[in-house]
Amino acid sequence: MKAGIITFLGSNCDDDALYALGDVLGADASRVLYNENELPKLDLVVLPGGFSYGDYLRCGAIARFSPIMSAVKEFADAGGLVLGICNGFQILTEAGLLPGALTRNDCVEFRCKWVNIRVENNQTPFTGELSPGDVLRVPIAHTEGNYFDRPENIARLNEENRVVFRYCDEKGQVTPEANPNGSIENIAGILNEGGNVLGMMPHPERACEELLGSADGMRILRSIALYAVNRADA
Amino acid sequence: MAVEIPDPPNDKTLFRVGLTRDEYEELCRRLGRKPNIVEMGMVGAMWSEHCAYKSSRLHLRKLPTSGSRVLQGPGENAGAVALTDNIAAVFKIESHNHPSAVEPFQAAATGVGGIIRDIFTMGARPIATTDPLRFGPITDFYDPDIPREAIERNRFLFSGVVAGIAHYGNCVGIPTVGGEVVFDASYSLNPLMNGMCLGVVNPGELIRAFAQGEGNKVLLVGAKTGADGVQGATFASVDLAEDVQRDRPAVQIGDPFLEKCLIEATLALKNHPALVGVQDLGAAGLTSSSCEMAGRGGVGLKLNLDNVPLRQAEIGPYEIMLSESQERMLMIIGKDGVDAVGEEFARWGLDSATIGEVIAEPVVSLWWKGGEVAHLPTALLTTEAPEHERPTAAIPQPKPLRLDGNEAVRLAAKRALPDDFPIKLELNTPFENALALLLAHPNNASKRIVWQQYDHQVQDNTVFGPEAADAALVRLKDDPGGIAITTDGPGHLCMLDPHLGGQHAVKEAYLNLLTVGAEPAAYTNCLNFASPEDPHVMAGFVAIVEGMAKASRALETPVVSGNVSFYNQTVGGAVMPTPVIGMVGYVPDVRRALRHRFPRAGLSILTVAIGDWRLDGSGLLWDVLCERDGAVSAIDFSALVALKDFTLTAIYDGLVASAHDIDSGGLALALAECAYGEMGAQIELPAELVQAAGGLAETLFGFPPIGLTLTVPPEKERDIAALADAYSLPVYDLGETGGETLSVAVAGETKPAISFPASALAAIHNESLPYWMGT
Repeated sequence: MKAGIITFLGSNCDDDALYALGDVLGADASRVLYNENELPKLDLVVLPGGFSYGDYLRCGAIARFSPIMSAVKEFADAGGLVLGICNGFQILTEAGLLPGALTRNDCVEFRCKWVNIRVENNQTPFTGELSPGDVLRVPIAHTEGNYFDRPENIARLNEENRVVFRYCDEKGQVTPEANPNGSIENIAGILNEGGNVLGMMPHPERACEELLGSADGMRILRSIALYAVNRADA
Repeated sequence: MAVEIPDPPNDKTLFRVGLTRDEYEELCRRLGRKPNIVEMGMVGAMWSEHCAYKSSRLHLRKLPTSGSRVLQGPGENAGAVALTDNIAAVFKIESHNHPSAVEPFQAAATGVGGIIRDIFTMGARPIATTDPLRFGPITDFYDPDIPREAIERNRFLFSGVVAGIAHYGNCVGIPTVGGEVVFDASYSLNPLMNGMCLGVVNPGELIRAFAQGEGNKVLLVGAKTGADGVQGATFASVDLAEDVQRDRPAVQIGDPFLEKCLIEATLALKNHPALVGVQDLGAAGLTSSSCEMAGRGGVGLKLNLDNVPLRQAEIGPYEIMLSESQERMLMIIGKDGVDAVGEEFARWGLDSATIGEVIAEPVVSLWWKGGEVAHLPTALLTTEAPEHERPTAAIPQPKPLRLDGNEAVRLAAKRALPDDFPIKLELNTPFENALALLLAHPNNASKRIVWQQYDHQVQDNTVFGPEAADAALVRLKDDPGGIAITTDGPGHLCMLDPHLGGQHAVKEAYLNLLTVGAEPAAYTNCLNFASPEDPHVMAGFVAIVEGMAKASRALETPVVSGNVSFYNQTVGGAVMPTPVIGMVGYVPDVRRALRHRFPRAGLSILTVAIGDWRLDGSGLLWDVLCERDGAVSAIDFSALVALKDFTLTAIYDGLVASAHDIDSGGLALALAECAYGEMGAQIELPAELVQAAGGLAETLFGFPPIGLTLTVPPEKERDIAALADAYSLPVYDLGETGGETLSVAVAGETKPAISFPASALAAIHNESLPYWMGT
């Protein structure tokens, strides 16, 4: 799998995504700078976490105007796989590649902590190696992760099975106590209509080695790689 | 310069520039002429306590600063030690105390920004920060003498400092992996905000803050220059005014996004052949960076201030030279490299401007609108700054304790946690009541409400983050090893006995590194004190520095960088002497590193205790009962070195499952902390330990000057005993892990002195701080 990680000015999880995909997973991962106009030939584009443009104005609101974003949109429109993590998810909603918005956490503060997320849909390019109901232990680290959209849009996400992850407790129960930021229906990650763009607030790239507390994030990255390899073979 | 100054300058002018009349006259004598206002401002800043260390330099020379691993000692942006052939740790600690008392959010944010710049200007990638903090009480439960308004202000300062650290550290993408928060009445309205940053670099790629090579260019990169923080260094060198709000314009505003871009641009350039030297603009801004770089290289700089990019047009040379606008750096670049360097900065969206060049004559020569506005010898501003041998008073003899252990426990039994305290405990003995009060104290409570606001994981290296072990641990991606970091500053022990307290500060850091399995390498220190003009404060300072020096030599842990912050006092009082030690050590194999919590049932619990066990200065006396007399026990350093070899061997041979130090919180607190993972233990205190400690209460709530608890798998007990024998270390067998209760009894007695469910201990630990904060 060839993966490109976009470095916006202010991205700070770009190196982590490069490391997790390249060194830990063994994929062919490289960096693409914000000011480039074209993407190399890729199977996966990652919009990493961080504070693009300091999150000034509004999270992701400035990054969506970076030169590279036109190429990312074209890539997504052509069915390419795009994974937005944390700030990357925020950029995708600002760019219109995903619906809804990420508003301030209900606790008002930044939260860095381990959470559990439940796999809702494994019929996606990002979760093929997982089963519905699987509980993954992954960290969050954000101030604006409170997913919001109009009720009819949330209903549509549910109908189309586009909520991929929800915050849950250790046993997989989706409870208010397990919701770290106030997201509607504990939403932690969603797909676009085409099913090829995933945005998620938790950081799978931080959960790729037991040494650091969990390797569950690697199950997501491995799913993507296997999908990409199979797609290339097909 | 348009500014007219009276000749000779009046007191108001001298106060504004931060010079005493004696210093002004000395300056005139050395220059052989009268300085102008720009020169007076520059000299005032460079001769300030903050920049010149004029009260402390004489004594700081007593600290050992060299060693086989030391690549860079004090005097640069940061210190550096070689951990392996390929990895150097670059680190430093700094304070931002005065601004934090005025505008805690921005002060803490820029404090973080400043210490990070010290690291990456050396060419090192910053990989971790830690923030040791001190505040006044946030509750009057333990100390009813604290006025209500002070409690409110202390809570505001605490919340503001933490939010500021989070704001800056999270955005800039460096994990905040640890730190301390200590509350004490002496810090009321006098908060201490210290920040430490650790970076790594290949030893061959270290960048120094040198100016060299006549004709080389001087580049100012990063943010534009504004009037913010003009004379911050002077502000930090006097007592805080009664009306601190008045000083708000002396506090700078940080931009972590700009700093993140500066990090990437600087590190991208670190091997560029044209790069000669880099220094960040900290206190005294362009003044200190330019003359310090020139001074180190033995050259001069000619600067054209018209080329400095300004945020506001109306400022002149005085403000330009003394502005402390954040996120700026000065670089010396070979003539041919200016364009390439400028392009790299532009790629990261940053300004760079050529503002001058290196000249042979060792002076700082400043030009503005066609005329020379300052011409000062670099040595006058740097190495030849005044140095004072401040008078010191005699250090009083420690006052003997007024209470023995039983009396202390009886006194504590008269207090009960408030009715609305969220955890209800069944208390059957006075020891249990004393322990509950101790556990619930803000100093012992979990600081989760602090560190959950910090990104402690970014960069994917955090093996032990906040509260996970006695020290934080970050792994190195290209090496099986990692770097452990700890910060410790037992101000209360320094208050009781400065000389021994200084030794204890170093010892605590050293022990914390040992327990995770790290070989201590070197340390940085932040010395937070009240006014050096007070002979009692100065006497404490000297004794503490000498105590640290003694410990450093004995433990072979040199000091490679540091910071002194004086004048931490307001009308409300002065801080107790608070030397904060930030020590780093190398863990050769991170998979072997240990946490402090009991990992599983069926392990033997052993304690190593060396030296006179004392109740003086313990958490029960100092924090719970506000009893502030007593003495400090001496440290047997040869035994401590033996303990290092014993502990590291035991950890690397796989004989130990967890390890925790016993600090002034006492043995009972140390055992409770091991049980926070909700694994209990059955402890039977051996009679000889209780006798050595001076009684049951002393055993539970007192502490030895050197103490560790270890858990050992039963099949390794014989090996550990043999190892302890080989190092002649006294080891006590305390009992066994397991069950849901932490039960502590004297051996042979059936009724335990303490019996708490481990889950209740964890609940007190987790819920106390939010309770005291009223949230």
